[in-house]
Formats: sequence, C-alpha cells, structure tokens
Amino acid sequence: MFEKGGKLEKLYYLFEAGETFMFSPASTAKNKGVQVRDAIDLKRMMMTVVIAMIPCLIFGMFNTGYQHHVAVGEATTFLSLDNLLFGARWVLPIVLVSYAAGGIIEAIFAIVRKHPINEGFLVTGMLIPLIVPATIPLWQVALATIFGVLVGKEIFGGTGMNILNVAMTSRAFLYFAYPSQISGAVWTQLADKTPVDGFTGATALAVAYDSSTAGGDVVSALGDTFSFSNLFMGMVPGSIGETSTLWVLVGALILIATGVGSWKIIVSVFGGAFIMGAIFNAAGINPFMDMPAHYHLVMGGLAFGAVFMATDPVSAAHTETGKWIYGILIGMLSVLIRVVNPAYPEGIMLAVLLMNVFAPLIDFYVIQANKKRRLARATV
Amino acid sequence: MSKIIKLKKGFDINLAGKAVHKIADSIYPETFAIKPTDFVGMKRPKLLVNEGDNIKAGTPILFDKMQENVMYCSPVSGEIVEVKRGAKRKILEVKILADKTIEYESFQSYSPSDINGLSRNDAQAQMLKAGVWPNIIQRPFGIVANENDSPKAIHISTFDTHPLAADVAFTLQGEEDAFKTGINILKKFTDGKIHLNHDLNAEVAKVFAGVDNIEHNKFSGPHPAGNVGVQIHHLDPVNKGDIVWTLTPYGVAQIGKLFSQGKYDASRLVAVCGSEVKTPQYYKTYSGGAINKLVEGNIKQDHVRYISGNVLTGEKIEKDGYLSFYANSLTVIPEGDHTEFLGWIMPKKNVLSFHRAWGLFSFMNGKNKEYVLDSNTNGEDRAFVQTGTFEKVTPMDVYPTFLLKAILSEDFDNVEALGIYEVIEEDLALCEFVDVSKHDVQHMVREGIELIQNG
Repeated sequence: MFEKGGKLEKLYYLFEAGETFMFSPASTAKNKGVQVRDAIDLKRMMMTVVIAMIPCLIFGMFNTGYQHHVAVGEATTFLSLDNLLFGARWVLPIVLVSYAAGGIIEAIFAIVRKHPINEGFLVTGMLIPLIVPATIPLWQVALATIFGVLVGKEIFGGTGMNILNVAMTSRAFLYFAYPSQISGAVWTQLADKTPVDGFTGATALAVAYDSSTAGGDVVSALGDTFSFSNLFMGMVPGSIGETSTLWVLVGALILIATGVGSWKIIVSVFGGAFIMGAIFNAAGINPFMDMPAHYHLVMGGLAFGAVFMATDPVSAAHTETGKWIYGILIGMLSVLIRVVNPAYPEGIMLAVLLMNVFAPLIDFYVIQANKKRRLARATV
Repeated sequence: MSKIIKLKKGFDINLAGKAVHKIADSIYPETFAIKPTDFVGMKRPKLLVNEGDNIKAGTPILFDKMQENVMYCSPVSGEIVEVKRGAKRKILEVKILADKTIEYESFQSYSPSDINGLSRNDAQAQMLKAGVWPNIIQRPFGIVANENDSPKAIHISTFDTHPLAADVAFTLQGEEDAFKTGINILKKFTDGKIHLNHDLNAEVAKVFAGVDNIEHNKFSGPHPAGNVGVQIHHLDPVNKGDIVWTLTPYGVAQIGKLFSQGKYDASRLVAVCGSEVKTPQYYKTYSGGAINKLVEGNIKQDHVRYISGNVLTGEKIEKDGYLSFYANSLTVIPEGDHTEFLGWIMPKKNVLSFHRAWGLFSFMNGKNKEYVLDSNTNGEDRAFVQTGTFEKVTPMDVYPTFLLKAILSEDFDNVEALGIYEVIEEDLALCEFVDVSKHDVQHMVREGIELIQNG
C-alpha cells in the first residue's frame, strides 16, 4: 500500500520510519562493494546521545521540584518522590511538545522531499527541553522547536547539511524573541504559590554579575547557595538539564566511552573556558574577572553546552585538528561574553552558534594545508 | 633505501572460516569464463572468437577497442560454449568448456641469460599478446596499464590484510624462479625503483626473499596496511602527472612463467573460505573458474552469499558463477536478508563493530574473536552525520569525507586536490564498512576517478 504506485505512496517514508523502528530492515549489501557492514547505524548512534542525556533529564526533574519547594518555603529533601513528581509534571510536557512539534516538521519535509526521516531529531527533541527553564510556556517550546528545525536545519537542506546547531538555534530564538520568559527570575517553577521573603530566583551568573557591578567580591556574593560544590552538584536554579555539572560529566563519559561525542571538543571547550578565566584573573579589572577560573566551568550552561551542543558532529568542525581549535574558541568566547558583556549571561549559547558559523572556515584551512602538502611534492 | 613503516590507523575484520594451509585433492572446474566486467575501465570489449571455436590456453578471446594491443586470453584450452550478453548486447561472460588436459599456445621461451638481454619492446610484445598484461594495474585510477607508459616506480605488496585473505606466500610456493624472472622482466619497464612491500610481523617468504637489486620495504599495522595503494602513499606518493604500476605477486610469477616456459599459465591456488564453508582450504584451479564444484557438498546451509574475492572489495556471484580474473579467494557468508525486532537498539556482542555506540559490545571480545557476519546492511542510507571515523580507518594523509563530498558535488578541482590520484576503491573500502550512514563509498570513489579521467 505504501510502495510505489500504492494508495498511500506519498506517506512511504513515514511508513518506512515506523517499520524500521520496529524491525531493522532486511536490506543486504549490493553486488559490488563491501559485502558485510558494521553493526552500527544512525539510530543507534543518536540513541546513544539520548541515553547520555537521561541522567541530566532525571536530575532536572528532581531539581525542578526541589527548587520549587525551597522557593515556597516547604521543607524538602532533594531525592524525594515529591520533587520527582513535581518535576515530571512540568518537565515531561515540554519534552512531549518538543518531540511532537519537531517530529511533525521532520515528517512533512521527509514526505515533500522524498527522503527518509533522519534520526537526528531524536537528539534535538531531547536537547531543547533541557536548555529551557521549567516555567516556559509550552507554546513557546513548540514555536522555538519549529523555528530551530526550519531555520536551523531544513532550509539548509536537512540533516547533515545544517550549519547551526538546531537546539541552540531554538534557544537563541527564545532568547531574542521572548526574553521575558527566558531571563530574569524565571528559573523556578512556583506553580502559582508565593515565594518566601528574600527569594530572588536568580542564577549564579546573574548574582556574579550583580555583585561585580556593585564592586563586591564575587565568591562571597555567591555565598553558600552557589558554593563551588553546590554548583557542581547542580542543586541551583537554572535551565532544566544544565545545572548539574556532575550529571553532565556522566553524560560526557558515556559519549566519550562510546566514541559518539568527540572527546577533543569536550576537553578543549573546558580548557578554553579555563584559560580565558585565568587570563581574566590575571587582568583583574573588575570583581567578576577576579572570580576563580574554575567557577566558570560549573556555572550556567557551559558544561552542558560543551558536552552536548558543541559536540554535534554536523555543526562542529569536521577535521580532527579543527575540533581542537573549534572547542578552545567556544570555551574562550563563552567566558569572554559572560564577563565582558553580561547583557548575555549565557555566553555558551552565543559562543556555540558563532563557532558553528566559523567551523567550516576552520576546516577550510585544515584541508587547505592538506592540499598544499600534496601540491608541494608534485612536480607538474 | 628500503624502509620500515609502522601504521596505526585501520581495522582488522576477523572472520570465521579461514582457509587452512592445505591443498584439496584436485577438483577441477569444468567451465571457465572471462568477464569483461572484471577489468575496471574496459570501455568497448571486442570478441575475437565465436561460439564453438576451439582454443588453447593463451588464445586471445577479446580486447578493448580503446586499448587494442592488450589481449585477454583463455586460461585453459577447450571450446567456447557460450557468450552471455546482457542489455544492449553487452558481453557479460565468455564461457569456455575446458579440455581434460590443457594445451598451451606456445610463445618464445628464454633462458635466464637471454632474459637479461631481452629488450623492453620484445618483452612487451609478448606480454601483450599472451594475456599477462592485465596483471599490470596503473595508478592513478586502478586500470590496466597503458603499454606506452614508463612508470616512475613499480609496487608489489607481498601480503594481503583483507578479511580471510589467501596467504600470498602459500599460494606461490614453488614459484621462486618464476617470480624472480617476472621481476627481471619488469625491471625493463621502469627507470625507477621496484618496491616489494612485506609484512613486518612475519618472516619474508622464500619466494620473495631471494630477489635482489630491488627495494624491500616492510609495513606493519591493521588492514589496509597490506594494500598497495596505502604503501605507495608512504613510500613514493602518486602526484598529478605521475604513473605508477602495481602488480600482485601472482601476476609477477605469471609473467615470469611466460618467459621461462613460453606459455600463459593461468593456474592458481584459490582459497575457499568463510563461515559457511565446511572445510576452508585451498584449491588448485585456473583463473576464472566456475565455483560450482568447489562449493558442492562443501557448504553448511543453503541461504548463503558467494563472493568472488573478499568481503570488502569482492563481488557477489551466483552458485553457478565464476571467479573473477583477479580473485584468489572465494568467500561464502550467510545471506542477511532478515529483519530483526528492534535491531537498532538491542545490545549485541556477536556482531562486529568498529564503533562502541550504545549496545555494541564487540570491542570487549578482544582481537582474536572470529565473527560470523552476514550480508545485512545493519541500517539504512542516511546523510553524512558522524565525522572523524573515516580518517581513523584510512592510514593516509587524505580526508575521505571531504574527498567524497567533493565527488558528490562533482567539484573537479577539489576531487583532484584532495587526493583522487592516490586512492582506488579498495583503499577506502573500510570507510564503507564502518560508515554509520551506509554510503556506497567504493562506488563513489570510482565515480570520482571517472570524473577526473573524463574531465
């Protein structure tokens, strides 16, 4: 029925996606060429990334509940069922909306362009919920996802052709189109309850910036709430999946151990951020610059961006040498944007997008060097 | 000076069913075939015989109109029983029913001292006429060499790292003199060096050790360390405008025998191997032999794929098909036309993967585990997504992904600048194996080569 000439021929690729999801296909090697193939396929590779994000997702649900209960002044322990259920109540709808909105766009394009549905969206659909606050209106999630998939990917020709990271494009869209829902005191889901006195809902980056303009010491302003260990563990306000450096690192371990994410990029983003932090320490013009460099690694979305965003193979540099340069520059730019232009506290988002644009240029020079080596030994 | 080169990149595919060093009691195929499709780049094959003609081993059967002096000759004596044609009367197979005892066309034979005095032109004329010339493959492009060229070097790899590959030294035992004579003939064709490239981790076999006045290089590393293209890249790369020739050791020995014995000797040892073969071992046959007798009663089950050659670069043939001109092995693996419930996420330990993505545990099995792989593609065609893996299995200073993308977009300048002169299909075959997105890498490489040839 779905085959060529069948009644529902137009929906073939939709059918194919469903069928191959249930059963891996019976296709065999062609007559000429390799007769056996590696056991990997794109579905498995993408699912590896999704699996690597699950610790962050679960932690994010606990944290959403925890932040709520702390903000409204109710006694709570972090790992309570209450926190998990509260978190799930607010986080899972975002995940569902993201997958549904993006999935529909993917399916429409697959049908119109007559190509199979690519599995890349399995990852994008999970990334987007993890980088937005739990308070975000669902319609904005849908809109941002559609914008990201359309503008970030499909207009460039679909999966594999995109220049920008799709999830980061969605995040940037939200940031510039609906700033009031994604900056300020939006990080804690209050669920219509009144917060306790003194509740600010600010993130560590905002606190650091404020104390810096006031001329105080950043580390003492961050206080106990945003102590290094708290920031590392992630029991702080922030986007759903990005607060816990620990669980991001667990994800990083999965990506590196499976070889699906480039360890070069992950290491170099952290390295670049630390180097830039250290340079600022040396300059020390304002208190924010004086903040110890290692704080940068656990604040905001830097770790999450380094592990899950910068490593997107399509939008990153494609050459191994290029990956080092690409990663270091992302790390340095993130901290530079954070410290020098705190109007954009989330430097990693802009840094990743900027370096996505420059990645082909980095590759260009790496490839050019290869061509020159080849040309140099030629005699004609 | 001879070199030792240690390569790290690459991947060994360790399959079950290796041929043991034993030659089966003589089972000779009844029919043989010459297939124009075996010769990459042959444009317009022209037949010189008709059905019913009686021929000898070494009688010209066909030639390519684009290269009229190179004769493709019969491996055995007998009768032309069928010329199988495809669409547009394209010649697919010229089938020969073999005599019980082989009669040979006789060519001039030379004593070792005469060979030294033989001119290039005389040697060339005999090689072109007698059917041994197609053993000489030219780089770039991987096509039968042009007889008017003088290559800057000649490269011969004495070991094969392909999965289940026949042991080259074993198949050439007793051919010491023929091999030496072959090298002496080849010396007439180049002012440059002849490189004999050995496996660093094995003793150099007797047949290769005794050859003097040439370069003996050694290579180590996983597949494709044994590929002559990879070796050339590290010894003396092919640049734009260069011509380099490559031969298999078998081809060298065959050339040698043409001059020392005055006949076109197409006999060869063929490894019959693969997980579905009951007793994987060597068989004595001639080039282009029918496989039916080799597999009869020797296969564990019915649902198998017969491959002329190895699993990376070979070609699927039918049960009544013929080995290709260059093949020294017949590999039999299970056909993989089965679906698998949730096969894309189920954990797997017994299927080989270069990757370690979720649920692929083959890296934990160690290097000595032998795998039974079938012909299933394990996934569908997708866009290029993963980066960096092709480079990990290509021990050359080449960026395969960029080269392939340049080929796809027919970007002539970049195809050339990114190294198309240095690769043929087999050099990037591993990329095709490990590819997450299941591209036909080898087919794309050939398209790139044709783009440059016709450009």
